[in-house]
Amino acid sequence: MTEQVRVRSMAPPGHVRAPWYLRGKTGVIERRLGEYPNPEQLAYGLQAERKTLYRVRFTMRELWGERAENQDDTLDAEIYHHWLERK
Amino acid sequence: MSHDHPEQIHHMGLSSSGHPFRNDNDFPLTCWQSMEIAVRELLIEKGVLTSDEISRQIDAMDARSPANGARVVARAWVDESFKTRLLANGTDACGEMEFDIGPLNLIAVENTGDVHNLIVCTLCSCYPRNLLGFPPDWYKTRAYRSRAVVEPRKLLREFGVELPKNATVRVHDSTADMRYIVIPARPVGSELMTEQELARLVTRDSMIGTGLPLEP
Repeated sequence: MTEQVRVRSMAPPGHVRAPWYLRGKTGVIERRLGEYPNPEQLAYGLQAERKTLYRVRFTMRELWGERAENQDDTLDAEIYHHWLERK
Repeated sequence: MSHDHPEQIHHMGLSSSGHPFRNDNDFPLTCWQSMEIAVRELLIEKGVLTSDEISRQIDAMDARSPANGARVVARAWVDESFKTRLLANGTDACGEMEFDIGPLNLIAVENTGDVHNLIVCTLCSCYPRNLLGFPPDWYKTRAYRSRAVVEPRKLLREFGVELPKNATVRVHDSTADMRYIVIPARPVGSELMTEQELARLVTRDSMIGTGLPLEP
């Protein structure tokens, strides 16, 4: 069973690991990677909470629409739980 | 480029031997350089590290090369159960080969007749250095980082990789804590080769996904 998620469309400053081109885009969880210290805190030497990291798979159709070279090619990226919302 | 007119060459930013001209570093240390020296000297002074240990670590980092990754790929080609473990947990499988891959979390992705994988880090330059050494300069360029996600097929053609029409391209953007290595498809005609011979067919680019292994 595939779980659909959307990358939150927000724009906080700082060492954010959710790339701009994926914000607001919907994909499916490819795998759960476990928990890692939140890089948004770690990068500033702050006490970093452990956050769940996922690999999310997007279709090129979802990312680029008609401009996609091949609609069914995919892009996988690692996205932290707090950047995802259930579709 | 002719070497007959050194004065002309010099005007083009080249030395008289035809190599790019590079300024001497006659300028003060940057803040980061000073800090690195200060921290290094303090660590030695306080007995946390010795200068030998630091030199050895620099040597070890310089010694990392795509030959490490090639050994992993060749092992996966000859040992189906190793490949299964590598795909399930790249970090643990590399540990079996006695590589010290440090804090690296590795994901291996496999090229087949139907799927071609390509690795990029759009945010910076994440790269599996423990297995592949230093990344090539182009890997960090804005052109590669943006084109790999927008037009991977066109990019691959420029790298000389022609994919079958029905193949799916899977791009992997190393956005956070994972590093990636592509296990290229084993070349046709390599059936009788040993693991050591196979490793010599595995190029750096074939493990990034921008190339294919050499032909036997």
